[in-house]
Amino acid sequence: MSSFHLLINKNPHQVEIAPDTPLLWVLRDHLNLTGTKYGCGMGLCGACTVHLDGEAVRSCQTPVSSVGQRKITTIEGLSSANDHPVQLAWIAEQVPQCGYCQCGQIMSAAALLEKTPHPTDDEIDSAMVGNLCRCGMYQRIRSAIHRASDSATTPKGA
Amino acid sequence: MTISRRQFVVGGAVAGAGMLIGVQLSESAVWAQESDPGAKQPAPNPFIAYVHVKPGGQISLIVAKSEMGQGIKTGLAMILAEEAEVDFASVKVEQAETRPDLYAHLGTGGSGSTMENYMPLRRAGATVRELMITAAATKWNAPRLECTAEKGVVLHRASSRRAGYGELVEAASKLPLPDPEKVPLKDVSKFELIGHPTPRVDIPAKVNGSAQFGIDVRVPEMLFAVVARCPVFGGKPAHFDAAKAKAVPGVRDVFEIPALGADKFTAGGIVVVANSTWTAMKGRDALQITWDNGPAVSESSAGHRDALRAAASKPGKRSRNDGDVDAALSKVSKPVEAIYELPLQAHATMEPMNITVHARGNDCEVWAPTQSPDWVQGTVAQVLGIPPAKVIVHTMLMGGGFGRRYMADYPAEAAQIAKVTGKPVQLVWTREDDMTHDFYRPASCHHMRGAIDASGRPTAWFHTLASTSIRGFWDAKADPGSQEIGGAEQMPYAIPNVRLEYNPVASSVPRAWWRSVENSFNGFAVESFIDELAAAAGQDPVQFRKTLLVKPPNWKPRDEDDPDPARLRAVLELAAEKSDWTKPLPKGRGRGIASFASFGSYFAEVAEVSVTGKNFKIDRIMAAVDCGQIVNPESVRSQTEGAIIFGLSAALKNEITVKNGAIEQTNFDGYDPIRIIEAPPIEVHLMASHEAPGGMGEPALPPIAPAVANAIFAATGQRLRRLPFQLQA
Repeated sequence: MSSFHLLINKNPHQVEIAPDTPLLWVLRDHLNLTGTKYGCGMGLCGACTVHLDGEAVRSCQTPVSSVGQRKITTIEGLSSANDHPVQLAWIAEQVPQCGYCQCGQIMSAAALLEKTPHPTDDEIDSAMVGNLCRCGMYQRIRSAIHRASDSATTPKGA
Repeated sequence: MTISRRQFVVGGAVAGAGMLIGVQLSESAVWAQESDPGAKQPAPNPFIAYVHVKPGGQISLIVAKSEMGQGIKTGLAMILAEEAEVDFASVKVEQAETRPDLYAHLGTGGSGSTMENYMPLRRAGATVRELMITAAATKWNAPRLECTAEKGVVLHRASSRRAGYGELVEAASKLPLPDPEKVPLKDVSKFELIGHPTPRVDIPAKVNGSAQFGIDVRVPEMLFAVVARCPVFGGKPAHFDAAKAKAVPGVRDVFEIPALGADKFTAGGIVVVANSTWTAMKGRDALQITWDNGPAVSESSAGHRDALRAAASKPGKRSRNDGDVDAALSKVSKPVEAIYELPLQAHATMEPMNITVHARGNDCEVWAPTQSPDWVQGTVAQVLGIPPAKVIVHTMLMGGGFGRRYMADYPAEAAQIAKVTGKPVQLVWTREDDMTHDFYRPASCHHMRGAIDASGRPTAWFHTLASTSIRGFWDAKADPGSQEIGGAEQMPYAIPNVRLEYNPVASSVPRAWWRSVENSFNGFAVESFIDELAAAAGQDPVQFRKTLLVKPPNWKPRDEDDPDPARLRAVLELAAEKSDWTKPLPKGRGRGIASFASFGSYFAEVAEVSVTGKNFKIDRIMAAVDCGQIVNPESVRSQTEGAIIFGLSAALKNEITVKNGAIEQTNFDGYDPIRIIEAPPIEVHLMASHEAPGGMGEPALPPIAPAVANAIFAATGQRLRRLPFQLQA
């Protein structure tokens, strides 16, 4: 057991935990931030995607000991009023069906738009290829990313 | 047991206040009736839903249907609001308690929720509206026919009087109910909600992390459990050493649970209970187990394939025999013959199986992401040895269902575990558990023979189907073909001599319902072979089908699943039109079509492909949909897109294979569904219809694989008869 200081969604947290514990389970089981999902445990599906200093990472493949000082953003902290352009676009395009993968999809899409504000379809596909959606809502995901990209007021960071 | 209104009204509503209407399903006739459950016999209960009009005029629709992404809560609220003449936003949908004494039909599956609830909810909504109008007319002493309702208000224009439903509900609740068979329904041309795209009510919570799926349940003092199951079906632990597992910090207990037979089909195994999911997984990794594999260890996919091919080439149980197939086949010099093969498939829901159970001795509370809460309740009660009424089941959101979450295996395991822990415990299946201990779509083989006469007309169709049947796994005494032949038996083309025969193949691999069930494989066989017959006759695939989709004036369906040939033909024509069917494509590209009806809905799909050597790409897909009366076009489009992608995963990429009695694929590396980069654009074209609503969760799936195979044939001349497809260079 070791002690870790984590900055999650701008709030400091301290956890006593085995250093090899994936960030995913710290979030879900220790801090009750259950918006980040378990899908495969191998970095294959993207359901667990969070941001570390704005970079999309797979939290199931991120030992808590490797986080260090980096700022963690989860779906719960992506926006203050659930109004990130990606979230709004996801509603406008009625993207989710079951919705289980969608928090991960949204985190990947938000990170993409930070770096590439106006992605092409190919850029969307390569940024989102790691996020599985068993409900098959890929066409809507593409449309929603374009819609978010077109909305003029992309806020910086979160 | 006495059921009082107070017990029934959930969610903190004031007991007895307002008006409560039970929504009843009675065979094909449906009717709504005032429900004071206290006055009724408790079981069997006839109500499928309840409508609670509250004193403020808000309406709660309490439905026993699970949400797994199909948007059912939105659609059902639309139907009620339409007839009740209230704003959509004033109807709040609540999840029913798992009370078989209060609700009939607690399960969600078979694409049935809209089909089952459409007329009952229309009548229930109309009942609300009519009672409100009567209450207002009585109050005002105004002629009833001069009063109208809109947006939750009754109006008497002549006297400029108006009253909201909230003001009227007390008086309305004391009125006699209109005859539910005669309550006036809105003219469909006046629909303002039904048939109009409506944003889904479940979506906002799904974009901010607040939607609570089964795996997100958090209860004070809860523990987490995983189970080490024998990889080989039917195997069990010979012995195990828990010392290293117990040494993992946070692991609380390690114990064995036995496999449960009957209809539960759990594998049993070694349970690790810990203070977090990760710790439980680590504890499991540290277990040392020697397995007693049992007899299934000799099973393999190669063996299944041989057995299926053999079974498809010998006479089987006949379920359809029109005319004289043997004579018709003997008249042609060269019958058309093809063998189609489809493998096992996993559901692979994004949220792996999980459930949270708190067994408290004499009673129990369960949080279940399930399609069948009543089955969960009965199973948990049985394992714990308490009455079902003592088991409270909360139906949670599901991260995908597709049929997998109809099963009660994971609830049975969790009850076994909760009985030991005493504390609330969440059983989590890892992805590996989920993929290797699923209830798989059966593997099948289809031996097809057909005859084309000299004039190019098909004269014989002989389909011999073999599969690792679902019923054969569930019940050795049941008819093994009963859930295998759908869609093959209803082969819709007007061919004078038709025969269908079925042979089961035994296997230890668990099987059950996978999205569209047997239609997923029979649709492929039927729609591939009709394409082969068209080619053999030298005819265009659309024209060929059209001439065989004939609806004589005296046409009657053979059974309730028998598709209407005219409706099938209409979607075929629409898909052809929207895909510019007659316009030639450049070399290396091809267009294929398939049309298929299932679950009361009609689909035709066209795939356009580009082929380069051994590789091909799907350029676009056009779907034509006739699902009868559309409730929410948004959901119809979404389900069409989703079922097509689900079907493409099976057509292009995924198969579950067995080696030494165990599943070889363990995660998304070995069983990788379609990803965004492979997802073609899908155009969905909806047909306007006021026929009874058909199902939408499944029927878009069966046509997609044959549409793609037929497109590849059009581009290359190569027939792909085995899934997942592999093109030869």
